[in-house]
Amino acid sequence: MKKLINDPKAVVQETVQGFGLAHAGLVNVSEDPIYITRKDAPVAGKVGLVSGGGSGHEPLHAGYVGRGMLDAAVPGAVFTSPTPDQILPATLAVNSGAGVVHIVKNYTGDVLNFETAAELAEAEGVSVRTVLVNDDVAVEDSLYTAGRRGVGGTVLVEKIAGAAAERGDDLDAVAAVGERVNANVRTMGVALSACTVPHAGKPSFDLAEDEIEIGIGIHGEPGRHRIAMENADSITNRLLEPVLADLKIASGDKVLLFVNGMGGTPLSELYIVYRRAVQVLADAGATVERSLVGNYITALEMQGCSISVLRLDDELTELWDAPVHTAALRWGV
Amino acid sequence: MHLDVNWAVKWLTLCAQAMAEHRVELIELDRAIGDSDHGENMDRGFQAVLAKLGESTPETPGAALKMTAMTLMSKVGGAAGPLYGTAFLRAATALGDSAEIDAAALAAALAAARDGIVARGKAESGDKTMVDAWTPAVDAARAAADGGSTNVLGVLVAAAEAAEAGAVSTDPMVARKGRASYLGERSAGHRDPGAVSSALILRAAVGAAA
Repeated sequence: MKKLINDPKAVVQETVQGFGLAHAGLVNVSEDPIYITRKDAPVAGKVGLVSGGGSGHEPLHAGYVGRGMLDAAVPGAVFTSPTPDQILPATLAVNSGAGVVHIVKNYTGDVLNFETAAELAEAEGVSVRTVLVNDDVAVEDSLYTAGRRGVGGTVLVEKIAGAAAERGDDLDAVAAVGERVNANVRTMGVALSACTVPHAGKPSFDLAEDEIEIGIGIHGEPGRHRIAMENADSITNRLLEPVLADLKIASGDKVLLFVNGMGGTPLSELYIVYRRAVQVLADAGATVERSLVGNYITALEMQGCSISVLRLDDELTELWDAPVHTAALRWGV
Repeated sequence: MHLDVNWAVKWLTLCAQAMAEHRVELIELDRAIGDSDHGENMDRGFQAVLAKLGESTPETPGAALKMTAMTLMSKVGGAAGPLYGTAFLRAATALGDSAEIDAAALAAALAAARDGIVARGKAESGDKTMVDAWTPAVDAARAAADGGSTNVLGVLVAAAEAAEAGAVSTDPMVARKGRASYLGERSAGHRDPGAVSSALILRAAVGAAA
């Protein structure tokens, strides 16, 4: 294992320290317990937005703390959800009295820890609403699984709900916008190689040189099935097909197309995938109105990508375009 | 024979040893069907419990288990933190302020722990989770205690053996809860890491009483 680290046990702490130093104008960093807040939190009269999850998905979530997006991010250990003793103080720190929305990716650990923290925050008099993100079409949503995972759509939920909070929507309205984004976004991912968790020291799964894993999540966990390597256009077709089917994309739909790198894929390859995805959407009669291409929700150094499609309406488009000023997303400012 | 606070402290100490010794094994099991963090998280959590025991000595077995619950909930993260935290908390509540635990109280505390895990995680037997270690352990402990056994060690041994067999029984199961459930049929042929760590915890309880 070759990694630019000092000590596997200090990875999260040292990452957060560097992040705080690099973005001192945007955020404050608490080191014990670890959480990151927007520099001017709590913002008077504004609903607070808190998200969090395991580390290793950078820039998610700390990279999205700032004006127009999150008020706080709570990083856990690598690929491990944060604990209530971090989530609670982060929630209290960003509560201006207007209440707090927790944006939670649907994984058993994240759900249990955020649920506990929300109960504790309510006990301290803070109203909390939870938006559960579960956009991954690779997982069957049935009684027989933990339900669909929260993946690429999380970035879009955080941006758009963040814009709703910034313009002054109340607690229920912000949560409703977040839920509307989640209901209209679907994602599917592929891995060309696995990733190595620092403390594990070995790749998270073993993939032969000529194999790819379809339907991966963002934790280096294996996906639904494994196939022989194909070219970019074929893989793009394969990823988009279930996304479009599940969203019931129809002629005339306007969409946001998000091609996300898993951490170890060059931007050039993401654009090759994006190019094909636009063609597939055009064939389905849909128009790509907005785009996002880059490494926004990653799985350490995993090679691969995910494709998310969000069905837009005028309000969601307006909220997407609203100013945002964070370490990882910045426009309109 | 009754179990007292010295047993509880020794149990937690042996849990910490077991998690350190089996850290890599648990990571490897989790690497196969999860996300490679279970051994690391359990080791970190029980090392924190050890540190707490070094700071102050609990007065009753229930107090020791409650301290453990709060520490695991705040240090472990993932699903294991809230699940084990709830288990130790429910067991502590069942034991109350008693200074000594007899066979019946022990079986009741184990059942309370299992019920807490089921309530929090909503998993059932056969879902390929730690419940598949805990439910046979509780059944065996109750059978041993109901048999009129006043031998707490016998209850602990019955629970540990049943948990170990329960962990092995997860091998062919297809996961229906937790991160392994994303794999569907591909989760079969692997042992559930949470069931294995549960068996280690119950085996440590035997070691502390022996």
